[in-house]
Amino acid sequence: MKKIIIALITLAFTSTSSIAGPKIEVLHWWTSGGEAAALKVLKDDFAANGGEWLDMPVTGGGGDAANVALKARIVAGDPPSASQIKGPTIQEYDQEGVVAPYNIDSIAQSEGWDSLLDPMIAAVHKCQNNSGPYCAAPVNIHRIDWIWANKVVFDENGLSMPTTWDELNAAADKLQAAGIIPFAHGGQAWQDATVFEAVAMGIGGNNYYKNCYVKLEEGCLRSETTVKVFDQMRKLQGYTDPGSPGRDWNVATGMVIEGKAGFQIMGDWAKGEFTAAGKSPGWDYMCSPTPSNNGYLYNVDSFIFYKTSDPDKQAGQKLLAKLMMGKNFQKVFNLYKGSIPARLDVPMDEFDDCAKASNADIKTAGAKGGLVPSFAHGMAQGNTMKAALQDIITEHFNSDMSSVDAANALADSVLANM
Amino acid sequence: MFKWLEKNLPKIVMAPAVGLIGWFVYGFVLWTLYISFTNSKILPKYELWGVGQYVKLWASRKWLISVDNLLVFTALFLIFCIVIGIILAIFLDQKIRAEGVLRTIYLYPMALSFIVTGTAWKWILNPTLGLQKMFIDWGFENFTFDWLVNREMAIYTIVIAGVWQSAGFVMALFLAGLRSVEDEIVKAAKIDGAGLFTVYWKILLPMMRPVFFTSFVILVHISIKSYDLIVALTQGGPGISTTMPALFMTQAAFHKSQVGLSAASAMMMFMAVAAVIIPYLYSELRRENAR
Repeated sequence: MKKIIIALITLAFTSTSSIAGPKIEVLHWWTSGGEAAALKVLKDDFAANGGEWLDMPVTGGGGDAANVALKARIVAGDPPSASQIKGPTIQEYDQEGVVAPYNIDSIAQSEGWDSLLDPMIAAVHKCQNNSGPYCAAPVNIHRIDWIWANKVVFDENGLSMPTTWDELNAAADKLQAAGIIPFAHGGQAWQDATVFEAVAMGIGGNNYYKNCYVKLEEGCLRSETTVKVFDQMRKLQGYTDPGSPGRDWNVATGMVIEGKAGFQIMGDWAKGEFTAAGKSPGWDYMCSPTPSNNGYLYNVDSFIFYKTSDPDKQAGQKLLAKLMMGKNFQKVFNLYKGSIPARLDVPMDEFDDCAKASNADIKTAGAKGGLVPSFAHGMAQGNTMKAALQDIITEHFNSDMSSVDAANALADSVLANM
Repeated sequence: MFKWLEKNLPKIVMAPAVGLIGWFVYGFVLWTLYISFTNSKILPKYELWGVGQYVKLWASRKWLISVDNLLVFTALFLIFCIVIGIILAIFLDQKIRAEGVLRTIYLYPMALSFIVTGTAWKWILNPTLGLQKMFIDWGFENFTFDWLVNREMAIYTIVIAGVWQSAGFVMALFLAGLRSVEDEIVKAAKIDGAGLFTVYWKILLPMMRPVFFTSFVILVHISIKSYDLIVALTQGGPGISTTMPALFMTQAAFHKSQVGLSAASAMMMFMAVAAVIIPYLYSELRRENAR
């Protein structure tokens, strides 16, 4: 009898431990449309490899609600295994001591991430001042500096895609004279900053951009070039319609799709709106980079992997990191999301022309020193500095502040938050 | 045993509630106060740092704008809510027909949350969707009403939406106050030859002192805490022209990795509310004791 009981107990224990395996709890806000569909690919992959996926979706406010939930979990000492965190914020969390000892680095080394990623983008995902072990995995690269134009509107007015900012202004003047809203824009702080950084890279050049918005040099921020950048912003503001303040980006994209407006300056997620409306690139709409000297503003979405002592979760983190950087997920996910794969060896055959161009441009930009991180999307600076820059840019764009005042206010705001 | 229970039952029943409020309200107020003296960035830290966050706060352009906005908003919100509330209450007090229906109509906005109010007014006031477009479509080609997207005027659109929402509530308070006045007083005044205006201006409104006080306290704390209305209506824009302290606070904590600064701004708001509520409680309690 005793033996049977012991046998039963052993069985009970072994059977529970046999359920154990790679386990992961993922906090994310990809719950709708293409993003959810793409994430499902990852979940299925994970399950097929014997893992158990605990989903923790938190929607609302483009990740705001998820950030609140994440902080609450970390403060309570129970961080999820992985969450959507990107750019310098990865380092900020590392400095709080919640990321070490970097479980996924062994996978990164054995899979050879260093050779699969552009060195600049790889550095973003390494903890300890961007040079230590990997602690996050990239899933995509968004390009920020795109112009999305309605082809019918451009053709009817005899316009082609501008290659300089002067051409862009001339095209906008022509559209305005024809009674069309030239520039579809949503006046929200991050959208103002998105346009600003494209203008800064284009008018100031790649080195100016790096000195001002990556290194935050005071002299650069107060320079004549910054004044010129603000001048161009003022011009662009004149091309918007009165309903622009507060408008969501996708509503602005809708204006281009319907032909009410000529063009929009927005990251490549705007393409999803065109696709959803059944429009195809080259026929209904055109995409081209904003004028610049081989510049490329990147924004990479990543997942960070927190410290955990549970061996099952450690195994889960390794498995997830491996799958996330896998060719299959990188391809499928980015087909859905409009961006391009973060790893550079994924075949681009199934992608559309805009994505193909983005993939080709990133390689040239990388070689010519034009590959620069977007500050408006939290790739160049942490959240505090991003907001310091954004506040002034949006204040200038929505007021009659002079360009010189704006450049000085920008420098002051940066210094105050150093 | 039974007697002991009988004697102490109220205390036992109240204990959990007192404990929970003590911890989750007053405990966290103290926690926030402590955090405001630390250099917390993305997550709370516990090493003391001094008053640096307060220095930073009062040097911040955005905070100063939000304090300005708060003063403008609170003043106008108070004045318009109370004036409109009183006028509506006096009109309804005239023993008119269908009073119940009208009262419900005026009070109804109160049933909506500020998020809904904000979203509705955002559409009404948007120059390309709402009022302005309607008037232009009707043929008034030069009609402009673009306060929502005008940096100087946007704060007043928040006042409009806030008053629309809360004036009915003030009306209900005053109506209840007017109804509680005994008829004899009014009749006596009328016998003495006082007109309707004099009755209200000289007799009834001065008697409404406690109602003024109540409305004042309720409206002021609504306006200091106002967050959802701004998020829905302007998101602090155009630019940062309609930022308010509560919006500043959430942005600092959750968007800007400035938990310490956010705690400092929360303490400033707390002190502002306390400055209004404590004298009120003091005067109310004193009067009760005097009775």
